[in-house]
Amino acid sequence: MARTIHNRWLHRFAVFTGAMTLVLIGAGGLVTSHGAGMAVPDWPTSYGYNMFLLPFPYWRTGGAFYEHSHRLVASFVGLLTTILAVWLWVKEDRVWMRWLGVIAFVAVVLQGVLGGLRVRLSMDEIGIFHAALAQLFLVLLSAIALMTSRWWHAIELSNRQATGLFLLSSIRMEEREKTLAAPRDGRAAPLIAVVLVFLQLLLGATMRHQHAGLAIPDFPWAYGKVWPPTDAASLDLINRSRTDVREPNPITAFQINLHMTHRIGAVATMLAVGWFAWRNWRRLGRTAALAKWALGWFGLICAQAALGAATVLSNKAADVATAHVVLGALSLVVGSLLCVIAFGSTVRGLADSRIGRAAGPLLSGSMGQARSNAHLEA
Amino acid sequence: MKKAQFVTAAFLASTLSMVSAADIVGKITLKGKTPEETPLPLDAMCAATRQDKPTTRFYLVDASGGLADAFVYIKEGLAGKKFDPPKEPVVLDQVGCEYVPYVLGAQVGQQILVKNSDPVGHNVHPTPFVAGNKEQNKFQFAKAPPLTFVFDKPEMFLRFKCDIHGWMFAYVSVMEHPYFAVSGKDGTFKIANVPPGKYVIEVSHRKAKAPIMTKEITVDGKDQKADFTLEVPPPAK
Repeated sequence: MARTIHNRWLHRFAVFTGAMTLVLIGAGGLVTSHGAGMAVPDWPTSYGYNMFLLPFPYWRTGGAFYEHSHRLVASFVGLLTTILAVWLWVKEDRVWMRWLGVIAFVAVVLQGVLGGLRVRLSMDEIGIFHAALAQLFLVLLSAIALMTSRWWHAIELSNRQATGLFLLSSIRMEEREKTLAAPRDGRAAPLIAVVLVFLQLLLGATMRHQHAGLAIPDFPWAYGKVWPPTDAASLDLINRSRTDVREPNPITAFQINLHMTHRIGAVATMLAVGWFAWRNWRRLGRTAALAKWALGWFGLICAQAALGAATVLSNKAADVATAHVVLGALSLVVGSLLCVIAFGSTVRGLADSRIGRAAGPLLSGSMGQARSNAHLEA
Repeated sequence: MKKAQFVTAAFLASTLSMVSAADIVGKITLKGKTPEETPLPLDAMCAATRQDKPTTRFYLVDASGGLADAFVYIKEGLAGKKFDPPKEPVVLDQVGCEYVPYVLGAQVGQQILVKNSDPVGHNVHPTPFVAGNKEQNKFQFAKAPPLTFVFDKPEMFLRFKCDIHGWMFAYVSVMEHPYFAVSGKDGTFKIANVPPGKYVIEVSHRKAKAPIMTKEITVDGKDQKADFTLEVPPPAK
């Protein structure tokens, strides 16, 4: 069976699957934001019905709507991922890409089972793992989408060409390293920032799955203080004075400390991503695409921090809290793809390379050069 | 002969105990300005089931200051005694997308019957915190037969919720003995048929509090009175 180097429709399908996964994460965010995770107590059936045949009147309102919609969108993403995995296996020439498709398939199955177990066993810990895996799954699909793009193929081709030319010539090793790999410090910065973003998402997922609402209801202070009290008397007063219509679980010292850690983590993440953006801006110049992407990432992180504050100030309004989840996922994707680029291509070195024109778009912001590589077409 | 004597003695002891048993009555009064209750965000289906506009039920206070839904129970004085659960279940109903009543008591091992009088389905989801009490989650179709729940360990204010309708809550206090009561709309309560003895009774409310929540009571055949005054806690910040 003929395999192609670049398949435009495969790439588009991967992008669509990734986009639907982001929608799915948003649907999952709505479930937790509305406290509706247990609104449909059975799984894989829904109220005893085949999930796909549940009469609409049973799920048209309330928590049932959010939970059942999440299940349906998840099933659709599962179908898309299965098709993507098969497509990659049949049409992709890179073996590791084929296996990425298999991993995506396994991940989506695991994710579905985790979601079901969360309902059946009523375990918050599974919910946290379910939320974390969702983020990693989105990153995986985004990476597949990136690596099936024409642009990525151009990068790979230029790498291969560069390797050959440098082997033929006697250019010094340090120059070769400069061209063929992003410098180590250039890799570490986005990696550290991405790890911080992911840790933030883990903290956020843990906070959401405690079902305790807002452990700290004010911002930028915490119960009017820099660090809130967590002694038994203060906690008793905090819980007695809460009159939220959602009547969430009592707040514990752990949850308050978790919330404070999330706030500190937000500052650390902003600093890390800000540093990465500033460094690229200084080194590559304002016209370089990488600098623009890094700056865009920093913008996302800032918006995410603002949404975090809005979540508190709106008393965890469901739409605001869900937007916070979705933007968090998007931030992780952007950061992760920048990492993939930093590790998997010659991002910086190619700026100075005479043979790196194929990767020019990354640094110049133009896709025209890559498009000229007609031989990459399917 | 000996058996007949034993039965007679047991009957006399039982009768004497019933004769000397008494009630503990009282009133729970609330001091302080209560926060405004929040209207429940009913969806269209639930709103269609009722004429009024229900709110949260954190503080139900009458004109005299009587506080409803306070739970009063014997905290000390019954150590070593065992009480079989009553055969009659306690009933929790779902009416107009609300649990009714909001607060109730049950004994360990006693059946809690949850009815659904609504024309919409609910999921009945008790969320205990005490180990040994099992979390359960069951869907109940509109007007479906009642569901039954039983808890094996004592637990104060064990929450029942409906995740379909995120404003539906009830709290069941599970006791090892039958000597408890929930204050009514006027704040009064009655713990009936308390055997003679010295007890510590405690009042508990989900939100209101007081520096002293307990009283010592001696029951010697006459009804005893125990009033409590609770306060609205100040805001936490």
